[in-house]
Amino acid sequence: MLTNIVNWIDKRIPMTETFNKHVGQYPAPVNFNFWYFFGSLAMLVLVNQILTGIWLTMNYTPSGAEAFASVEYIMRDVEYGWLLRYMHSTGASAFFVVVYLHMLRGMMYGSYQKPRELLWLFGMFIFLVLMAEGFMGYLLPWGNMSFWGAQVIISLFGAIPVIGDDLTLWIRGDYVISGATLNRFFALHVIALPLVLVILVFLHIVALHEVGSNNPEGVEIKKPKGSVPPEELAKFKFHKQYSEKYDIVDAVPFHPYYSVKDIMGVVGFLFFFCAVIFFAPEGGGYFLEKPNFEPANPLKTPEHIAPVWYFGPFYTILRVIPDKLLGAALMFGAIVMLFLLPWFDRGTVKSVRYRSIWHKINLVQFCICFVVLGVLGTKAASPLNNFLGAVTSVGYFGFFIALWFYSKNEKTKPLPERISH
Amino acid sequence: MSSAPENNGRRRFLTLATAVVGGAGTVGVAVPFIKSWNPSEKAKAAGAPVEYDVSKMAPGQLVRVKWRGKPVYVVRRTDEVLEQLKSGHNEQLKDPDSIENQQPEYAVNSHRSPNPEFLVALGVCTHLGCAPTYRAGDFNEIVEGVANGFFCPCHGSKFDMAGRVFNNVPAPLNLVVPPHSYSDNGVLLIGVDKGDA
Repeated sequence: MLTNIVNWIDKRIPMTETFNKHVGQYPAPVNFNFWYFFGSLAMLVLVNQILTGIWLTMNYTPSGAEAFASVEYIMRDVEYGWLLRYMHSTGASAFFVVVYLHMLRGMMYGSYQKPRELLWLFGMFIFLVLMAEGFMGYLLPWGNMSFWGAQVIISLFGAIPVIGDDLTLWIRGDYVISGATLNRFFALHVIALPLVLVILVFLHIVALHEVGSNNPEGVEIKKPKGSVPPEELAKFKFHKQYSEKYDIVDAVPFHPYYSVKDIMGVVGFLFFFCAVIFFAPEGGGYFLEKPNFEPANPLKTPEHIAPVWYFGPFYTILRVIPDKLLGAALMFGAIVMLFLLPWFDRGTVKSVRYRSIWHKINLVQFCICFVVLGVLGTKAASPLNNFLGAVTSVGYFGFFIALWFYSKNEKTKPLPERISH
Repeated sequence: MSSAPENNGRRRFLTLATAVVGGAGTVGVAVPFIKSWNPSEKAKAAGAPVEYDVSKMAPGQLVRVKWRGKPVYVVRRTDEVLEQLKSGHNEQLKDPDSIENQQPEYAVNSHRSPNPEFLVALGVCTHLGCAPTYRAGDFNEIVEGVANGFFCPCHGSKFDMAGRVFNNVPAPLNLVVPPHSYSDNGVLLIGVDKGDA
C-alpha cells in the first residue's frame, strides 16, 4: 500500500530520488564533531521563528497607535500568547548564537575555502538578512528602546555623503520614526525578508551538497575516480551523482548517521532554549531590554541606548571611531571583511589543525576581540571602554589583513591523505 | 566500522522509543499553537454573563439584551399567553415538547424557561439568522387563534411566545434558549446556569 503510493508519486515528481540525493544517500564525512550541530540547529530555529512569527501576526496590530497594546494583549490575554512571544524573542537570540558558532566552525576548518566560496557567500547573505530581520523585528513591539534603537540605526544612513538625509527620510517615510516606518518594517519583517531567507537557505544547502561537506580535518572525502582500491571505499550506497564521479572514502550517509546525531544536538539545544524561555525570557535585559517595557516616546531617550547583544560587536566598532562617516563605513566594512574571507585567505590548507601557529594565534585573538567588542557594545561609553573598543577593533580587522599576508607562504603541517580515525 | 553483530530487536526498540518521545514532544509543542486560537481573555470578558433587571418590565413588553454580540429577547409574558402556551396550539408546532437540544435542561417545558413569566431566547431565526419581529396582539393575522408570537420578515418563519417554531415554515428548529438564571434579588443573568454564578 505505502509502496504503491510512493511509486505513484515517484512517477510524477522525483521524491525518493531527491531524498536519497540530499539525505538518505548523501555522503557526509565520518568525523563531524560538536561544531557540526549548528547548521541543523539554525534550521530548527528558523522553523521556530516562522511558526511562532505567523502565530504572533494573528494578534499583533502593526500601527503606531496599537502596536504596544497589542503586544501586551498577546502577553496577557491570548491563551499561551506569552509562550509564543517568548519562543520568538528567545529564538531571535538563539538564531544568532547558533549562527555565530556555525560561522566560527567554518572559520576554524576553512569551510569557506575553494571550492566553497559561494557556499560561504550564501551563508553571509543569510547572516545579513538575519541582522535586518532582527533589527526590523525589534521595532515592532513599539517600546521605547525599539524606537530609539531604530532611530540610531536609521541615522547611520545619514552619514552617507550627499544623499544621506534624503535616504533616511525615505527609509522612515516620515520626519521621525512613525507608524509609517512601523508598517513598512512589519511588511518586510514578516513577508519580504523571510521569503528571501528561505530562498537563501535553500541555495546554501544546494551549494553545500554540490561541493560536499568539509570536515574538521579539512581533507576531501571525494577522491578521483579509480584512485582508491575497492576495499578502502566507504561501505555504503551513495547516490550515483556522487559515486559515479568520485571514489568516496571515510563517509557515511547523512541519514541515519547524522540525522540521529543532530537529534542529540537538538535535545541539548532545547535544554538551554527552554530554560531561557521559561526561567529567564528577558535574558537578563540582553534579549528584551528594560526600556522596551514602556511605549515608544519620541521625546524621551532611554538613559543608556544599547543594541541587542548580537549587534554588539558592530555597534562598538561604530562607536569607537570619532567620525560619523568613517564609523559607519567601518561598521559595514566589518561585515564586508567577513564576506571577503575566502579571498583574504590565500592558503590551501583548510583546517586549523594543520595550519601554522600564527594562524592559530590569529584566530584565537579574533575570537577574543569579537567577544570583547560584543560585551562593550552593551556597555555605556567610557574612556576605558573606548580604548578597549579601539584595540579590539584593530584586532578584528587585523585578523583579515594578517591572514592575507601570512597565508600566501604559510608553513603548514603535512596534510594526511585521508581522515585518520 | 564496528564488528559487533547487528541487534535488530534493539534497533527497533530504540527507533520506536525515539519516535514516541519525539511524537510526544511534537504534540506538546502543538498545544500552545492550537490553544492560542481559543477566545482570548478579552473576548471572554466581552462574552461574560449579562445582567438585566426584569422587575421593571411591563407585562407583554420585549427588551433586547446584547450577549456575546447577539440579541437576546426577553419578554414578560402575561397569564393569557402562558395559558395559551400550555397546549393551545401544540398541534401546529414542529417540536412542541422541546425534544431537540435547543435549550438547557431546565427549559424543557411548555414555556421553555425556568421562570414561566419570562421568555429568554436568542433573537436569531434558526433558518438563516435574521431577527424575528415581535408581534404583540396582532399575530392572529399570521396564525389564526394565536394572539402573540414572532414572525421572521426574511422568509416568513413563525414562532410562538415560547420560541417554538410553527409547522410549514422554513426554520427547522425552535429558537435557542441561552443558559440563564435569576439571582436572589430577581435580576436576570444571561449566560449563567443556576448555581454557576
